[in-house]
Amino acid sequence: MTINISGEAAIVGVANTEFSKNSGVSELELASVAVRDAIADAGLKPSDVDGMTTFTLDNTDEIEIARAVGIGDLTFYSRIPHGGGAATGLIHQAVMAVASEMAEVVVCYRALNGRSGHRYSSGVSGTLLTADAIHWGWYTPYGLMTPASWVAMYTQRYMHLAKDVQDAMFEVAHIQREYAVTNPAAFFYEKPFTRAEYDASRAIVSPFRMLDCCMETDGGSAVVVTTAERAKDLKHPAVIVKGVGQAAAADMESMTSFYRPEIAKIPSMDIAAKVAYQQSGLTPDDIDAAIIYDAFSPIVLWQLESWGFCGELEAPQFVLDGALRPDGRLPTNTHGGQLSEGYIHGVNGIVEAARLVRGTSVNQPAKDIKNVLVTSGVGVPTGGALLGLAD
Amino acid sequence: MTPEEKKAFEDELYTYVGKAIYSAPRKGYDDVNTAMIRQWSEVMGDKNPAYNDSEWAAKSQRGHTIAPPAMMYAWTQEGYKVASEGRPADGQVEMVQFFDRHGFSGSLGTNVDQEYFVEAKPGDSIFEESIIDSISEQKSTARGIGYFFETYAKFTNQDGVLIGTQRFRVFKFIPPVEAATAPAQDGALEVPTRAVSPRGQDNKWWWDACDEGKILIQRCQNCQTLRHPPRPMCGECQSTEWDSIESTLDGEVYSFVEMHHPKFPGYQYPLVVAVIDLAEGTRIIANVVGCEVKDIHIGMKIKGKVEQVDPKTMLPQFYPVAGSAA
Repeated sequence: MTINISGEAAIVGVANTEFSKNSGVSELELASVAVRDAIADAGLKPSDVDGMTTFTLDNTDEIEIARAVGIGDLTFYSRIPHGGGAATGLIHQAVMAVASEMAEVVVCYRALNGRSGHRYSSGVSGTLLTADAIHWGWYTPYGLMTPASWVAMYTQRYMHLAKDVQDAMFEVAHIQREYAVTNPAAFFYEKPFTRAEYDASRAIVSPFRMLDCCMETDGGSAVVVTTAERAKDLKHPAVIVKGVGQAAAADMESMTSFYRPEIAKIPSMDIAAKVAYQQSGLTPDDIDAAIIYDAFSPIVLWQLESWGFCGELEAPQFVLDGALRPDGRLPTNTHGGQLSEGYIHGVNGIVEAARLVRGTSVNQPAKDIKNVLVTSGVGVPTGGALLGLAD
Repeated sequence: MTPEEKKAFEDELYTYVGKAIYSAPRKGYDDVNTAMIRQWSEVMGDKNPAYNDSEWAAKSQRGHTIAPPAMMYAWTQEGYKVASEGRPADGQVEMVQFFDRHGFSGSLGTNVDQEYFVEAKPGDSIFEESIIDSISEQKSTARGIGYFFETYAKFTNQDGVLIGTQRFRVFKFIPPVEAATAPAQDGALEVPTRAVSPRGQDNKWWWDACDEGKILIQRCQNCQTLRHPPRPMCGECQSTEWDSIESTLDGEVYSFVEMHHPKFPGYQYPLVVAVIDLAEGTRIIANVVGCEVKDIHIGMKIKGKVEQVDPKTMLPQFYPVAGSAA
């Protein structure tokens, strides 16, 4: 399928802030004001916006602006590199997003204190005071400064609400290790562990022990994507992208979204799942296996809930019933996951998901695998894809 | 210490300024004598014949030996029994104990300045009168936070003649819990402190207030909605006009973690960080202290106060409200 985007999109609102030598305000405020005013110029409300795009060079995260302006759920965001060369690139991104229904209203923005703040003419020196640096400053003085600590905060809350979470965390870590034990490519090939060893492993951040955490890895992973039509003529059966969603849910911070009414869940992944299911026409019952991002063991639990394999707070029981095992309802992280195969930021998971669809996983389940879920890292704006054989 | 506690401490501390250390002029246990002069000279490696060579001295302009001027302070010292019995109570001891009780238990002698007016010779008696002359404002140093105090002593002989004066300066400080051992470039011990937030236009006001002992919550001036962490625009009504209210720091644990590994220099362990529901309705992330970690639980009532957690850092720290710990 091809889409001619000509005529599919239009610019409907514009705004500038004052131009000056010293704005006296932060770049976040400049961006927020420009975005607000452009939305108003179009006669729209902040809540109508579901996409944002800017320069990679911009110091202000789209989610910071979204929170400031009162924009809600985002289903499209992107950045274009290469300095000023990005300018019309923003329009390109927005038109694609709108034409493909990834988003309905996309705001393109760029704001900088290019004179009073960091001057590009001064070269790369000094300290940049970014919204992101200020964001971390709300946590690091108290010692909350590692990924494990941020995820543990959600986990403690989840343990407060759900039953048998510690046992389920063990089950996730353990079954993945069992897969790795029979995967010669895995970091922990032929290195099983027992419950006693899990319980005795080093405390990292309560309630995490070492075996709940992935191990940083040197390595690389890649996948090649082409058209479904072209794929028909290639060597392997095509692994069709049936649905793909990305989302930064409202009130998002990078890793520290501690201000939502309930933090024992992943609303960004809920949205991504909804988008991917809608695109594909699939339901959770159609998914035969999964590769679920697992930098830490409990994040697998929440994603099982986001993708509808079980109800809210029911993932521990789902897992303890053996669902993730080779003969279970949803064989998961059959390569050993990032906990036990390797931590390549989830791209090794995409490789494994494709192998499951092809039927070539080293731990290929006995049952037929038609559709496989693969997800991105959580705690940050995230996403997931549904892969499967052509109908 | 909260700003209030610090003020109360300093109000009492500064009453020591001007106090006499001894109730009456203190006479040395021994008069100036050749045996002590010889021992002092040997220890110091001072071969000046004016101190120990009586034949040479007899032919000198003075006609007799003299005590080394720097020995002035030695004549009225308490002596070795201080090591076993401690220093007898006096005005300085009382002040030092006051420091110690408030955590300023570290002591470091930093300067001694002496001036000499008249020589002392064998047979003279030495008297000392001392006062606590000054106490500095609170200082942050590489050793820790504390105060410099200075004593001022006058030494006289049996005729009441002023032979010299002395200023002795001591730094009383809170010893860091985990002092770093890595020397800084200047050789002084560098005490690690907590990571600090960068301060920009959107958060400097908040951290500045924290330094003053206040935790503020940003409030939209248009629709009155509270928000934290601070940001320049209200997500409800898009106004950039805002002010703030001061939090009472009444709170409840919403979630928490205990940090184990890796351990960060400058932080005290056990280290618990919590997401806290404040009574005002916003959340804040901060440490929970003042109780056993095992007693901390979701829903626990806590009360915060802003404290100096290291020489450079003021932070809100939350304590269990009586009866709330398990």
